[in-house]
Amino acid sequence: MTTRLDVVKTCKLFIGGAFPRTESGRSMPLHDTKDRVIAHACVASRKDMRNAVEAARKAASGWENATAYLRGQILYRMAEMLEGRREEFTMAIRNTGGVTPAKARREVEASIDRLVRFAGWSDKYQQVLGCQNPVAGPFYNFTVPQPTGITAVFAPDTPSLLGLVTLLAAPLCAGCTVIAVASESQPLPGVLLSEICATSDVPPGVVNLLTGQRAELLEPVARHREIDAVVAANLTAGQRTTLQEGAADNLKRVHLVKHTEAQWEDDDLVASPWNIEPFVESKTIWHPSST
Amino acid sequence: MNPTASDTNEHHTSPGWDYSPAPERTPVELDESYGLFIDGAFRAPKSRKRFDSINPATEQTLASVAEGGAKDVDDAVQAAKAAQGPWARLKPSERAKYLYRIARRIQERARELAVLESMDGGKPIKESRDVDLPLAAQHFFYHAGWADKLAYAFPGRTPRPLGVCGQIIPWNFPLLMAAWKLAPALACGNTCVLKPAETTSLTALKLAEILREIDLPPGVVNIVTGAGETGAALAGHPDVKKIAFTGSTEVGKVLARSAAGTGKRLTLELGGKSPNIIFADAAIDQAVEGIVSSIWFNQGHVCCAGSRLFVEESIVDEVVDKLRHRMQSLRVGDPLDKNTDVGAINSAEQLRTIERYVDAGEHEGAIMHEVSADPLPTKGFWHRPCFFTGVQPSHLIAREEIFGPVLSVMTFRTPEEALTRANNTPYGLAAGIWTNTGAKIFEIARKLDAGVVWCNTYNKFDAASPFGGFKESGFGREGGRHGLKSYVKF
Repeated sequence: MTTRLDVVKTCKLFIGGAFPRTESGRSMPLHDTKDRVIAHACVASRKDMRNAVEAARKAASGWENATAYLRGQILYRMAEMLEGRREEFTMAIRNTGGVTPAKARREVEASIDRLVRFAGWSDKYQQVLGCQNPVAGPFYNFTVPQPTGITAVFAPDTPSLLGLVTLLAAPLCAGCTVIAVASESQPLPGVLLSEICATSDVPPGVVNLLTGQRAELLEPVARHREIDAVVAANLTAGQRTTLQEGAADNLKRVHLVKHTEAQWEDDDLVASPWNIEPFVESKTIWHPSST
Repeated sequence: MNPTASDTNEHHTSPGWDYSPAPERTPVELDESYGLFIDGAFRAPKSRKRFDSINPATEQTLASVAEGGAKDVDDAVQAAKAAQGPWARLKPSERAKYLYRIARRIQERARELAVLESMDGGKPIKESRDVDLPLAAQHFFYHAGWADKLAYAFPGRTPRPLGVCGQIIPWNFPLLMAAWKLAPALACGNTCVLKPAETTSLTALKLAEILREIDLPPGVVNIVTGAGETGAALAGHPDVKKIAFTGSTEVGKVLARSAAGTGKRLTLELGGKSPNIIFADAAIDQAVEGIVSSIWFNQGHVCCAGSRLFVEESIVDEVVDKLRHRMQSLRVGDPLDKNTDVGAINSAEQLRTIERYVDAGEHEGAIMHEVSADPLPTKGFWHRPCFFTGVQPSHLIAREEIFGPVLSVMTFRTPEEALTRANNTPYGLAAGIWTNTGAKIFEIARKLDAGVVWCNTYNKFDAASPFGGFKESGFGREGGRHGLKSYVKF
């Protein structure tokens, strides 16, 4: 009797709704907690990042102009898909993160619930962040939030799934399209998340996921003139400077976050309208009011 | 409010008919020289440097102003730092009362301040009197009321002050910009070091007098006059937790780079090349008035000036004819004359910049239309209102901010084309739309990359209305509930 050989998944990037390998041809081994190689992840290059920006740009107006209700349903669909693959995600976190099964399961469940939470925000934050303004004159005047545009996400190393989901969902909810760089040390959950996106009616290019080295991608992202906003978790002091200096080129909006593991689980802290606000621009509209 | 509406229907200017001079005569008392306002008192600059502030309409010196050096900036920041704790701990409703007092005192001294604003900056008295001063007072009055209600502005969060704010303001709306910067910062419990623009320091120094009159605690607001170096010293000071800047995109980027990695908060209100779009179904006469106030208000020294006019092709001849006619009736001259529509250019340097752009426009092949009228005063800095037709999107005058009374007129055929061309700029501060079709207004307003969209109106401002840009016109808002966010942390 022949023992059956496992079919091992090739981990790829997710750009424009497709799963290309990195154009650089580079990969990095992913080890489990016993230091066995369990997969190889792409090491995305600057060129891959640029391709992702192009895809995100193409998808931007469709996503921005989709109804908030539809965006909410798509985020909810992601939660549904993730729910169906809980075991796989839990194993991915356990294998590469070295955490207890209970903790890995809790992170997956928190990630699902986080998506549901943002799904619900997608047609509500506008009413929290926008308002009518009582100007002293015969005018109707109101302020509405609109998506900032193409947003780059640098997820924290840990929690590899919950951190990525949280930072990804906020700009998506705001109507931005996203280029996300998954956890550098534990990219596997990020790779799997791209499969969730691909099967959740997320339009191609709305979410683009890269794996690779943060230090290599940070500066080109900071300087890329088509990127309008960047959110980055747990940067070093040197990385913060690199990002903010580069971002000054086109005045992209930079949002830095630093949370402990426990804080990532705190909805009020990381999944409120104030976490969506960094990805919107307030537009104020005036019109005379008279007969 | 509308700076040019007073003679909206007066197309009657004709050769030989002169207005009698109507000078505003309210006296302004000025000292010969001013120190820096630090820790509640005026003091001589440690830099020992000074410069003159002149009247751009006469080139006469108004007063000698101190040029703050690094040591002076440090003194001001230390005073603000020492004052910040007690100011933030003050019962918020008491903090509010100081701001209400400032608003009331500005109202009481409004005419004097308006005259000084026109003398120092060159803007027509009817604009300083009817726009700058009322809005400056309103800004303090509005924000006063927020001081004890901040928790309601940020549902689910507890706002706290940032600390010392370094605030750098431009010369186009000197006192109003001071109010935009100081009022929200103070309401949120911060203390401030304000650096006025070097050509327009005087109303800020008068404001310092007001702050003393109303017994604002020393150090809560410090005013350090000077030029670019003074501003750089302020922005670079390690104890400044927040930089708020209004000015050019170029300088804004320099500030953003220098603040990188320092942890300082930054809000930038920068340049613009704002589109003003006129559809064939607009009320044309009103739209023409809108063009006038969008580009010739305050000599075009307005960051949100509607400097790119897009006219639907079928009505371009009518609009251009009416615009030329209307431009002819604008009175250029003495800023202190109550009939003046267009005053003096703020400085010799700015006049050169404007002239350089006008030359470039003609050189690149656009056609210049200018008022042919009485000669301009021989002293002072003047530029007649003008507009260009035959402008290509690639022309310098269609791409770069001129900050003067120079309009570029272009045409479009479809709403999509208008949108594409309007958004084809790194800027995103403001925009105008003129049409009587409601559905079109909302669709175009939604799709324009601009922080402020004026529909069937232009250049309207209010303390309750957030103002600020998309894209390279900066980030952060000033005014309204949204403006508070720039001065708190959670």
